Amino acid sequence: MRATQTKPTVSETIWQHHHVLDLDDFTREEIELVFQTTKAMKEILSRPIKQVPALRGKTLITLFYEPSTRTRLSFELAAKYLSADMVNLNTQISSVAKGESLVDTLGTLQALGADIVIMRHPSSGAPSIATRFIGASIVNAGDGWHAHPTQALLDLYTIHEHKQSLKGLKAVIIGDIMHSRVARSNIWGLTTMGIGVTLCSPPTLLPIGLGDQRLPPVRTEPDIERALDGADIVMTLRLQRERQRSGLLPSIREYINLYQLNKSRLAKAKPDALVLHPGPVNEGIEISPAVAHGAQSVINEQVTNGVAVRMALLYLITGSQKQ
Amino acid sequence: MKPLLIQNGRIIDPGQGIDMTGNLLIAEGKISWLGKEPPAQAEYAILNTKGLIVCPGLIDLHCHLRQPGDEEKETIATGTRAAARGGFTTVCCMPNTNPPLDNQTAIEFIKSKAAAEGAVRVLPIGCISKGRKGEELCEMGELASGGVIGFSDDGAPVASAYLMRQALDYSRAFDLPIIDHCEEKTLTEGGQMNEGAISTKLGLRGIPAAAEEIAVARDLALAELTGGRLHIAHVSTGGSVELIRRAKEKGIKVTAEVTPHHLTLTEERVLGYDTNTKVNPPLRTREDIKALIQGLNDNTIDIIATDHAPHTEADKLCEFDLAPFGISGLETALGSLMGLVHEGEIKLATLIARLTHEPAKIIGDSYGKLGTLAVGAPADITIFDPNLEWVVNTNDFASKGKNTPLAGERFRGRVMATIYGGKLVYQDSSIKIKES
Amino acid sequence: MPKKVIMTKEDIKRTLARIAHEIVEHNEQLQDLLLVGVHTRGVPLARRLAANIEGFTGAKIAVGTLDISLYRDDLSSLELKPLVKLTDIPANIDGKSIVLVDDVLYTGRSTRAALDALVDLGRPRLIQLAVLIDRGHRELPIRADYVGKNIPSSRHEDIKVNLKETDGMDEVTITTAAKEEQ
Repeated sequence: MRATQTKPTVSETIWQHHHVLDLDDFTREEIELVFQTTKAMKEILSRPIKQVPALRGKTLITLFYEPSTRTRLSFELAAKYLSADMVNLNTQISSVAKGESLVDTLGTLQALGADIVIMRHPSSGAPSIATRFIGASIVNAGDGWHAHPTQALLDLYTIHEHKQSLKGLKAVIIGDIMHSRVARSNIWGLTTMGIGVTLCSPPTLLPIGLGDQRLPPVRTEPDIERALDGADIVMTLRLQRERQRSGLLPSIREYINLYQLNKSRLAKAKPDALVLHPGPVNEGIEISPAVAHGAQSVINEQVTNGVAVRMALLYLITGSQKQ
Repeated sequence: MKPLLIQNGRIIDPGQGIDMTGNLLIAEGKISWLGKEPPAQAEYAILNTKGLIVCPGLIDLHCHLRQPGDEEKETIATGTRAAARGGFTTVCCMPNTNPPLDNQTAIEFIKSKAAAEGAVRVLPIGCISKGRKGEELCEMGELASGGVIGFSDDGAPVASAYLMRQALDYSRAFDLPIIDHCEEKTLTEGGQMNEGAISTKLGLRGIPAAAEEIAVARDLALAELTGGRLHIAHVSTGGSVELIRRAKEKGIKVTAEVTPHHLTLTEERVLGYDTNTKVNPPLRTREDIKALIQGLNDNTIDIIATDHAPHTEADKLCEFDLAPFGISGLETALGSLMGLVHEGEIKLATLIARLTHEPAKIIGDSYGKLGTLAVGAPADITIFDPNLEWVVNTNDFASKGKNTPLAGERFRGRVMATIYGGKLVYQDSSIKIKES
Repeated sequence: MPKKVIMTKEDIKRTLARIAHEIVEHNEQLQDLLLVGVHTRGVPLARRLAANIEGFTGAKIAVGTLDISLYRDDLSSLELKPLVKLTDIPANIDGKSIVLVDDVLYTGRSTRAALDALVDLGRPRLIQLAVLIDRGHRELPIRADYVGKNIPSSRHEDIKVNLKETDGMDEVTITTAAKEEQ
């Protein structure tokens, strides 16, 4: 069917992405397009038959070098709801465990006809490097410390559903920012949408080079109560024990004393402030159970929105191959 | 072999203060004449170098030839051919081979391989510590009489200040430099690139400038304490330059080197995760480059050395943090450095001095008068076109290492011919010798 | 490029009034009737038809919107992806009589996509199709139940429906494309 000139299309000048590697160069218009498409996808999720044929015939392979339940399931569902053919590569038992290199694995996926590869990898930049070795679209499901763009987009969408306008809102991100790809992608996404970002963490867990004009502008505030003052959005990060080098924090106890988001601290934020967490939640560590399950928490919505956002991205990046 | 007249080139020999259009005659492997007019001699072959620069053969005080042990990355044969293509007639090979060059037999191996298969002169550098383990000093005396031009554990720093002190002290007996790779390892473990805004953007663990500066400061204090000769390898930060400058003002016996990539490429090259930009010390900032160039111009930094570090293609074809550090630099050195000359950052004579006369000073006379076109010196000559534009094509490299971030880069300035001991070891297809 | 007006504002108004009557004529149980406008211009057309029907019967007719982007058969080859709009059907469609409303019926593929979308949403009793313009050149065995105007056209011609709600004015034009295919 010919696209008649009366039908609005995703203009080439708005959507530039054949891959989704990070949010660094997503424009505000592109993020708004993701919101609009996500809304339509959410409608599909509310139907009795949660399926549309949009990605029929497309082969989607997940390549997770790090364990993950929720993100992988979220992508899997997104793919299935769009009628794509979906396969998981279990790196624990595959030839990867026997030492096959990333490049060789990608070559195999290419030979198997993958159209989209959803990749999670412990090395920052691995998905970016992967784009050089495979023709498929690559969606980054988290690489090292670097980026987790789909998480940030679903966080943004969740905020967008609750707040009329995003510009000028105040967001606080609490936790191990240095090692957090969720924080990095959110910093890019939030600032692009005009939201002011404050980072609240021990100084040893702040990334280096903040203030450089090649990075988004953010405030830093090590005192949690001062940071939360007047906040509209509060994001807590999982304390990444496995990625943290020893010596950066004296103890978990001290972290809880200084940085746990609990009810009395949350009260310093606006009464309609949203509480987000990328999951899985370490209740009692970075967030108290009362807040995690409290009225202001949108943690479960984040999960639901995650499937819709991923459906939207998969839809937007497929199409004729742009080199 | 008939004498060869190198005719009508612009002869630049900073060591003799010469910069003139003239003629150079080579006979029996030595320089036998240098003057404005050709010598009154009947028989010689002619190499016309009109429009080209003729200078002493370039000397690389720091390169990795990988043999013995890692011959798939490079061998003395391929590495020296690469050197010849890059205009280098003398290369000093680092001892981080496998087995390392920490004993007489290993040095003998290098020398005999070089004599048999080397296209240019290869001078060995011996280890500082046995096995490069950083625990006990090597038998420096034996290595010295074996012909090493200095000692280094390069690849690794000398972590122990105590050992470094002993090395600087003990080496005084042989008047040979201790070459240190300055890096405080507890600050750099797991680091992939310069620590800063770009490493944060890319999510890569950073290598802070302070890690180099701490080690430089320590070594300078020890050089002062012992009176030994210190040579600082691959200086990369403005802070290090300043430390060395002040040390020289105090009369401390220190020399320093910088690589072509640290003079021309910043950390921004790492955006996109090209593993060919991964090098130790890492590519730094614009400000560091400015300070390094200033250091070259005011004698704080004595020489330029390539730190040629070839790797196989497979080695670098992987995730960024799994890739080994190193850039293959012999064949792009002059081309990339000429950019600085064309931009007015450094004078041509200064550049040539830092690649010829100054490294020769550090090496000394034990291998003859190197880095000079003085009559009687070995006929090591580099001939290059300062204006010829060319594009870097790694398929043309003689080196096995194609790991350079400069593939496809356009340069202005190219080596046209290299003469080692009177023999043409590299020539561009446009260079022809006319038998008269 | 010569542009000819083939329906004026008045023509459109009269035609929609006529179609509204035809729909009522063929659908006894108006409470089971659901007009579903196909994005984009089918939507205001469906709303106008519902208003017309209410105007002369007094019955309020349910109107829904349907986005067919995700059901297109040419998604893989499209350079520009269609913007996905909202599908909003106000009621359960099981057992309902649905009239799909679109501006132009051409190859029939949009209608096929709309049928697939409806079938995924439930099981209507009956699906009919109302279009403002039928320009021929069907590529699938699809026909409209209610047609505003039949405009035989060639493939080089462009038929454009402009509506006040989406384009600021009511007008249908036909334009000959600049290049001729050999």
